[in-house]
Amino acid sequence: MTFWIINTLNGLSLAMILFLLAAGLTLIFGLMHIINMAHGSFYLLGGYIAITAIRLTGGFIFGAIVAVIAIAVIGAIIQRLFLARLYKQEMRQALLTLGLLFIVADIAFFTWGGDPLLVPQPPLLQGAVHFWGIVYPLYRVFLIGCGLVIAFCLWAFLERTTLGAIVRAGMDDEEMVRGLGINVPLVFTGIFALGAALAALGGVLGGPLLGMFPGADFEVVLLAFVVVTVGGLGSIRGAFLGSLLVGLVDNFGNAWFPQLSLFTIFVPMVIVLALKPTGLMGRV
Amino acid sequence: MNRTSIYAGIFVAIAAVLGAVLSPYDTGLLTQMLIYGIFAMSLDLLLGYTGMPSLGHAAYFGLSGYAAAILTLKLGWGFALAAPAGLLVAVVAAALFHLLALRTAHSYYLMITLAFSQVLWSVAVSWTELTGGDNGLPGVKRPDLGAWLPWSFATTRGFFYFVLIIFVVAAFALYIFVKSPFGYALRGIRDNEMRMRALGYNVWAYKFTVAMVSAFFAGLAGELYMYLNSFISPSSLSVTVSAQVLMMILVGSVGTLFGPVLGAGIFVLLQYVLSTYTDRWLFVIGLIYVGVALYAPEGAFGLIRDRMRTKRSARP
Repeated sequence: MTFWIINTLNGLSLAMILFLLAAGLTLIFGLMHIINMAHGSFYLLGGYIAITAIRLTGGFIFGAIVAVIAIAVIGAIIQRLFLARLYKQEMRQALLTLGLLFIVADIAFFTWGGDPLLVPQPPLLQGAVHFWGIVYPLYRVFLIGCGLVIAFCLWAFLERTTLGAIVRAGMDDEEMVRGLGINVPLVFTGIFALGAALAALGGVLGGPLLGMFPGADFEVVLLAFVVVTVGGLGSIRGAFLGSLLVGLVDNFGNAWFPQLSLFTIFVPMVIVLALKPTGLMGRV
Repeated sequence: MNRTSIYAGIFVAIAAVLGAVLSPYDTGLLTQMLIYGIFAMSLDLLLGYTGMPSLGHAAYFGLSGYAAAILTLKLGWGFALAAPAGLLVAVVAAALFHLLALRTAHSYYLMITLAFSQVLWSVAVSWTELTGGDNGLPGVKRPDLGAWLPWSFATTRGFFYFVLIIFVVAAFALYIFVKSPFGYALRGIRDNEMRMRALGYNVWAYKFTVAMVSAFFAGLAGELYMYLNSFISPSSLSVTVSAQVLMMILVGSVGTLFGPVLGAGIFVLLQYVLSTYTDRWLFVIGLIYVGVALYAPEGAFGLIRDRMRTKRSARP
């Protein structure tokens, strides 16, 4: 029983990190049809910037805010300078963002080195919680809570605000939204920055568990790709369901068949795609 | 003699002469160019001719290399058995994978191919007993085809001419393939799938077949690469390789057979020149990707071709 509870909780905490990445990916894809290979770079840079900021000032929250804002700005710049020029050319966008992934990976390696670095845990959240005779790290509980709150906020933003309605309308019929006099390029930049910020937050919150190291960017973005493929591109609800599925499968897979690591992730993907090619909540 | 066969003849003649006069190291580079040329043409069959954006083409490249290496090293199979078996593994893998992957298209296809290659990569890294893990599998001897080809492959130069022969045969076969009614049907699917369906074409069967043909040639390139280095490692399955070959096509120009070969040549040369000047290869290659994505709309081959066309049409 303990095995099940602990692995479920571990799976959930991984799922929350994945959700932060997948939510941005899926929003960006849904609205702009960009497959953002550099999404993992936002995650990696977010984590690294947080590490440096926390080292300099000592505050976890301060570090998180600095990292998230910095990455949101970088994301907005990348969207404006590069991606806006390659509108609806998927291969070129993939190549461009892959190039950015390499550039960021190289910069990160020469700035922060090749050894894994952990984002320091906030002192308040160190320690463990005890329940039913199980001792479980408090930070992971906090992470799960954070993920749920952010998921709720995103859902509320998309479903209950005017801006969210514009984004949803943009996914369905962008030209019509333009025709209604809405500044769609600005919405694009905003959503791209939001997606980047969410990925950076994933790096900051996931950093104490997974650590930042060369290659983490690609590792995590690959999982996020599986999440959005399973969940359905362009759907926040799909990203949430997909994250849960992939997070749990990855955790139990690693517990039962450690040699097969990534292979176990592929299984739910195969099953979902075989039954519903557009993913669980796919729009098209 | 039409124009294409004249160009092809000139190309082969130049390659053959270069192979004779260059230093062994440069001949090795030339061999790499030809191997990547086959690889790039195989991907262009999918991407350029059929409109299937694969970002996991390294899967077949690495898989057949691994299969041939494992069969040779662990089971002691000879070249005449191991090499065809390696190709068969790549083709069968493509067939099985596309039973699933063809349920998707466009961006989904791109992501699922990436995931597929990455799964193979992780298997190559973690199944240490079979694949040697990160260390890879060294020590596969180059084949000895004394019965058919009267020279040794042990030297770089000898192996180069073997690769050149394979390259010419592969390029010719692919040329016939894309010029056949089947090839035109593929272009039809790329441009308007619904219409092809309405015309009664079995689009699924066409895509399935082209995926296997493409995997065959990618596997061929992978095996040659493995024999060239007498070594294979997980990096041959990595997304970096998939992205490189994609780059070659975009540089060379999508949807032509010989543009990607040019792209492969440029890429290998660039890699060689840059790696002698900088150890920040990743940074530079990233910049190149960004530059190509932004500024090379038609690719190098496209630019040359367009210029020739304007010249030709400028004549009275």
